[in-house]
Amino acid sequence: MTSTPPPDVAPPRPAVPEPAAGVQAPAAAAAKTKVSVRGLNFYYGEQQALFDNSLDVPAGSVTAIIGPSGCGKSTHIRVYNRIFELYRDQRASGEVWLDGENVLAPGVDVIELRRRVGMIFQKPTPFPLTVYENLAYGLRLHYRVKGSELDDRIEQALRAAALWDEVKDKLHRSGSALSGGQQQRLCIARAIAVEPEVLLMDEPTSAIDPVATSRIEELVVQLKATYTIVIVTHNMQQAARLSDFTGFFYQGRIIEFGTTTELFTNPKQKQTEDYITGRFG
Amino acid sequence: MRRAHGRAPLVAEGLFRAAAFACAGFVLVVMAGLFVVLLYRSRLSIDRFGWGFLWSAAWDPVRDNFGAASSIFGTVASTVIAMVIAVPLSLVIALFLVEVAPPRLARPVSYGIELLAGIPSIIYGMWGLFVLAPLMATNVQPAMQKVFGKLPLFAGPPMGIGILTAGLVLALMVLPFITAVVRDVFALVPPVMKEAGYGLGATTWEVTRKVTVGYGMKGIVGGVFLGLGRAIGETMAVTFVIGNDHRIAASLFASGNSIASTLANEFTEASEPVYLSALVELGLILFVVTLVIQVLAQLWLTRLARQAGSTS
Amino acid sequence: MRRRPAWPRKAVDAAVKVASALAAALGLGFLAWILFVVLRHGAAALNWTFLTSLPSAPGGSGGGLGNAILGTALMTLLACVFGVPIGLLAGVYLAEYSRGTRFATTVRFLANVMMGIPSIIIGLFVYAVMVLPSGHFSGWAGGVALALLVLPVVARTTEDMLAMVPNALRESALALGSPHWRATLRILFRASRAGLLTGVLLAVARVSGETAPLLFTALNSPYWPRSLSGPTANLTVTIFNYAMSPYPAWQQAAWGASFIIVVGVLALTVVSRTLTRERK
Repeated sequence: MTSTPPPDVAPPRPAVPEPAAGVQAPAAAAAKTKVSVRGLNFYYGEQQALFDNSLDVPAGSVTAIIGPSGCGKSTHIRVYNRIFELYRDQRASGEVWLDGENVLAPGVDVIELRRRVGMIFQKPTPFPLTVYENLAYGLRLHYRVKGSELDDRIEQALRAAALWDEVKDKLHRSGSALSGGQQQRLCIARAIAVEPEVLLMDEPTSAIDPVATSRIEELVVQLKATYTIVIVTHNMQQAARLSDFTGFFYQGRIIEFGTTTELFTNPKQKQTEDYITGRFG
Repeated sequence: MRRAHGRAPLVAEGLFRAAAFACAGFVLVVMAGLFVVLLYRSRLSIDRFGWGFLWSAAWDPVRDNFGAASSIFGTVASTVIAMVIAVPLSLVIALFLVEVAPPRLARPVSYGIELLAGIPSIIYGMWGLFVLAPLMATNVQPAMQKVFGKLPLFAGPPMGIGILTAGLVLALMVLPFITAVVRDVFALVPPVMKEAGYGLGATTWEVTRKVTVGYGMKGIVGGVFLGLGRAIGETMAVTFVIGNDHRIAASLFASGNSIASTLANEFTEASEPVYLSALVELGLILFVVTLVIQVLAQLWLTRLARQAGSTS
Repeated sequence: MRRRPAWPRKAVDAAVKVASALAAALGLGFLAWILFVVLRHGAAALNWTFLTSLPSAPGGSGGGLGNAILGTALMTLLACVFGVPIGLLAGVYLAEYSRGTRFATTVRFLANVMMGIPSIIIGLFVYAVMVLPSGHFSGWAGGVALALLVLPVVARTTEDMLAMVPNALRESALALGSPHWRATLRILFRASRAGLLTGVLLAVARVSGETAPLLFTALNSPYWPRSLSGPTANLTVTIFNYAMSPYPAWQQAAWGASFIIVVGVLALTVVSRTLTRERK
């Protein structure tokens, strides 16, 4: 691990001026910060996709990231767990502080980082294994568990993901045999089984029917007591329903960040207002 | 302006279409013909030996007494050795090509492995006979005997040629085929599935072992079947190094015979009608076995392609 | 829950990565080894006489394989003359005239299966339908056996390549009032020519190194191929016969023949692959 002094509140402000006013979390919400992004730039090859992103994700809350498609929402959260590094032409610069540790610093253990920062994808991604093995896979990676303790952990995670009652009789059937919504909750269970601190959700309901969507939304609200959740969504109503804080992205820049109530009722930026009132996007 | 044509184009179109149809139908005719002709030419042997041909180990051209058992045994033994070596090696090479090597390295390496498939069988035979077999006889087999001691599997004089060497050469020959299929299967696993694995904090190997292999298992099985079909029918390379001896021995070092090598060696020498017919019947057995393997592999792979098409 | 330390997992991961690199190196090593052996032994055998004259008598030295080179070339040509047009037309039928029908599905399936039938079985088949009735081995039979190996490869590539031609091109040719056959030959073949050529070259590369289908059809001969109606000399069966002989001079000649075959086959393979790469 790199030895960077753990900043108690927010790490030093970046030298670069903020792109727009209102990007800092308002004082009212100055709860403990879990993830703090400073001066983040991102490149696909030569193409720059994120420009000088800075924001603070408060702990134990749901932070929504909204914006028109292609604005860099997903790209932004894919930096938090360094999953972008799987692709050779993708590159990030800047800082992402997780509890006072810059996850972009060289020498950071990405395996441990990804245990601490779980991710849920747009499409459900059940591994080609049974329901049980899907959860056991992650658990066995990081913990010495077997036998009844493993069973307990799996049941616990499935209960936390509000899936236990539906799958307790099909634990040894293939995970891909579940319905789309169940698969997505399976993925959530799999992610929380390894006891992460942050959950990144990349449009988790966009491939799922409305009924299943509302179940996942309920789940998100329950989970925020335990985890810090960052959810990317193109659905403004979803952001308004679920989140405590919202960031509005446009063309790779964070135009506005604040409490959800504030951002939706009293946007400070013209572009934000245009977007949430449906004038573009 | 005069019209350029009258009824002629219709006739031309009809002729072309008929010719194309005939050519497509020719494939059916050949496949059916293969079976019928081989069956017809085996009738002397079938009448004389019946089903017993399959498990009789006799091979006596002087008394006109023939059985397929020794050839079948050699074919199965050398193929098993080949698959045991080639399958894991192919998986690991495919892993290297898709997950480990940077693209700049993966491309030429992949190309080199494909070239292995381009080398004609008889060249493998030459290399096997003049290079590998002496090496086996002087170094590898004595060393194996030293390590494994008195196991009957490694008994007998280290001759170099024999079932084991044939299996090794076969392994090398089917390796590129299986590698190519597995590589494509690995590359087809949706990136988001791998991301989900990495997102949990898994290492490359942990993602490959459960997610990638699990996802591509059916494709891998198809590739293994294709390799199996190749290995079973491979002729020249085996003929050079298997020893061409009609016997069933417990030792991997013993010489033996495969169906294809028996045909290659003895067909032009067979003077008696029954001898010839017995050889054709061996060919018929080989044809039916490879046909079944190919049909299974193709059915399996087309079904897979259809599934992949419908989900993406 | 007790944590599992990450270092053993990382060590296993690193070990697997190293092993995979070693396995790939092993595969390439064998390729290099085989090529090296063939090129070294073969180069020693090659000279002008070797390429142009008749073989020496058993046990004698000198002489060459000119007849076998010519015979292999002739039979490969014959395989193209028979196999390529039939394969092309079969592919056209599958792609242009019967897409989706049960007949097309069956033919496509059997063509795939046919590609996996051992070549010695094809040789056996041609022996039974050509050599037995006529009573003698012949270059014609050898050419036909090779053609049967070319056929399914060309048919399948043709179909795949035609299927990749955008439908708009096909429709616009037909919309001009062009008959389908003309549109196929003039427009579609042109649009997919690199792919078609690749298929043909790969098929030729494969059959020109084949031995097993010639064993019972063309057999072999120590003479120049005057006509194709008798046993016909060829490189691959010569390699087989010579390698199994006790004479060092013949074994050396077998290496020389191997050299020619390897260089020829690999050159064809590389050329066809380069064509494919350019198309992409």
